[in-house]
Amino acid sequence: MPPPRASSIFRNLRSQCSNRLFHRADNILPQCSRPITTRTPIYSGAHNRAFTTRTLRPRLSLPSSIYIKQFSTTSYLSHGHLTPPKAGEELKVTFVTKEGNEFTFEVAEGDNLLDIGQAHDLEMEGACGGSCACSTCHVIIDDQEMYNLLEEPDDDENDMLDLAFGLTETSRLGCQVKMKKEIDGLKVKLPAMTRNLQASDFK
Amino acid sequence: MKSILKHPLARSTAWRGQRTSCRTRLINTLHQPGDPEVASRRADAPFRLAIIGSGPSGFYTAYRVQSKLPTARIDMYEALPVPFGLVRFGVAPDHPEVKFCINKFDEVARHPNFTYIGNTPIGSESLPFSSLLPNYNAILLSYGASKDKTLNLPGESTLSGIHSARAFVGWYNGLPEHKDLNPNLEGSDGKAVVIGQGNVALDVARILLTGVDELRKTDITEYALEALSKSKVKEVEVVGRRGPLQAAFTIKEVRELMNLPSVGFEPVPPSIIPQDTSTLPRAKKRLMDTINKGTKSYPLEKNWKLSFFSSPTAFLSSSSNPDQLSHIRFEKTAPVEGTNGEKVVGTGKHKDVYASLAFRSIGYKSEPISGMIEAGIPFDEKKGVVCNTLGRVAKPTPEGDIQVPGIYTTGWVRRGPTGIIASTMMDAFDAGDNIVNDWLGGVDFLGKEGDVKMGWEAVKREHSRIGLKAVHWSDWDKIDKAEKERGMKIGKEREKFGTEEEMMAIV
Repeated sequence: MPPPRASSIFRNLRSQCSNRLFHRADNILPQCSRPITTRTPIYSGAHNRAFTTRTLRPRLSLPSSIYIKQFSTTSYLSHGHLTPPKAGEELKVTFVTKEGNEFTFEVAEGDNLLDIGQAHDLEMEGACGGSCACSTCHVIIDDQEMYNLLEEPDDDENDMLDLAFGLTETSRLGCQVKMKKEIDGLKVKLPAMTRNLQASDFK
Repeated sequence: MKSILKHPLARSTAWRGQRTSCRTRLINTLHQPGDPEVASRRADAPFRLAIIGSGPSGFYTAYRVQSKLPTARIDMYEALPVPFGLVRFGVAPDHPEVKFCINKFDEVARHPNFTYIGNTPIGSESLPFSSLLPNYNAILLSYGASKDKTLNLPGESTLSGIHSARAFVGWYNGLPEHKDLNPNLEGSDGKAVVIGQGNVALDVARILLTGVDELRKTDITEYALEALSKSKVKEVEVVGRRGPLQAAFTIKEVRELMNLPSVGFEPVPPSIIPQDTSTLPRAKKRLMDTINKGTKSYPLEKNWKLSFFSSPTAFLSSSSNPDQLSHIRFEKTAPVEGTNGEKVVGTGKHKDVYASLAFRSIGYKSEPISGMIEAGIPFDEKKGVVCNTLGRVAKPTPEGDIQVPGIYTTGWVRRGPTGIIASTMMDAFDAGDNIVNDWLGGVDFLGKEGDVKMGWEAVKREHSRIGLKAVHWSDWDKIDKAEKERGMKIGKEREKFGTEEEMMAIV
């Protein structure tokens, strides 16, 4: 099929354009600012060890300049304090990104989903630093039964969830969900972050 | 397309200066990403972005652009010497956890391709907007909403005791502009009325009712602590025009007020607030339940209440003290049928509420920066926002909106003064994505294709010619350190400098 002509693209711009652009960039650009090949959790005080069961590779070839490593004085560890799991006690957790890609990690009991997501450079924000004061680390638990195994969210968490975009019955804040044996194999979805097409924009 | 000033539409005066209203249908005459006729740009093509305003919307956009286009050179202009906008001057001092996003902003600012230029207002009396245009590929307007909405009621501007909530918030948070507000809390008759029911209104109520010993641990300014320690305010009434389901405040702020020690909440009459909340959407249900539950006991030493369906009509004084507010006249309102309570009309019935202090908390508006309109950037005077289509600045025409090349907007100046930090973050991420996608996709930006933009390196010549002293991130580090040291001496996290002179003396 020939590519659509510009005029036809713009005819229905408000329902198509921004969404299309959004996805397009996600295809072009790496999700992370660090070199893609180092998609490895870094454990404080421990040797580095790859736990990714699937390594992300760019889907398109990219100019090398795009891989320029981002300079940062605040260490990347600042939001990724993960403890290395003891051999034989690894718990599995799977993240599904908004593009539908799945990443499974082996983590230790007690790590929270925000730290895990950030340590692996998933597109997950914790604007308040994981103190349950914003809704930017919203995740959706894939399975109702798994959701029921978690402790009930407290008032503070519920107050923040009330403000989350795309809230579902099994939504939680990533910073408040800690890994434990009972939820080994947990699967969570990262909600589509875009609010481009909210009705309020067209009033 | 040449520079924006030479844009054929910029020359047309048809829309210039007139009160425009933004539409949302975008007729795009520019090249678009994916357009087969357009060559896309390489990711390493030099890109210069100017961001006006250093609040959360500007910083989150910078963060997004940096992570998608690390080679982008970003210069952030800020009118005050100190960064962070409303995170520093708006977020309540007893919400330190909300300010953690500053850590992220600090990381953004230390990126080698990022320059912070504080103490540099953009406008005719300072650095002209037109001096930025030739030196950047793109300009992001993220300077927020600086103007206070007014009620325009009799007595509002003449009687003492009436303050804007914005000024009050600025006063206790150390915004230099409002340092000398000096609200008369000591001479009050014990009652304060807050007009408006957003989170700022509840912040004002909470600061008035919280014990000073609690506030002493926060970064609230010392002069505000001093005044609050002498405050006689014991009752706060937060009044809204519409019903409880239309109130804009969120549950966290309500719950905090309900949990304040020695503060009681006067129950809302069951005729006004839904009692069976089971059919309401989750957030509304939880909010109504929290209000219905109220506080364990009432009245207590200090108290607060929510009043609904009341629209102020006049601020009045007593004959014994004609210059001082003594009471506010409210007209009772009733919901208009078929609007789901969104609209109300006056019923003609009035009541007077006696209070010597009133805070107007009915929202903010943005204003155009001088020189912006002349540069072809359309501004919606009525809504107080830059005309835009999802963050791309666009001129409204009868046929639809036409994108202004290279100009983007985000935050409150884009969508109006609503939303929490998470909504600002998402809005900013959208803006960052739009900028990067448009750039890589090859759409038109400021100036001619292939122009080399010098950014701050060129602007600083004009800057020093005007006699401005720029504050860079290393200077902010010094101010930050000095403020923390001042705070440490008195057991606080930080004691802010109240004036720009004090800040500049450190630099």
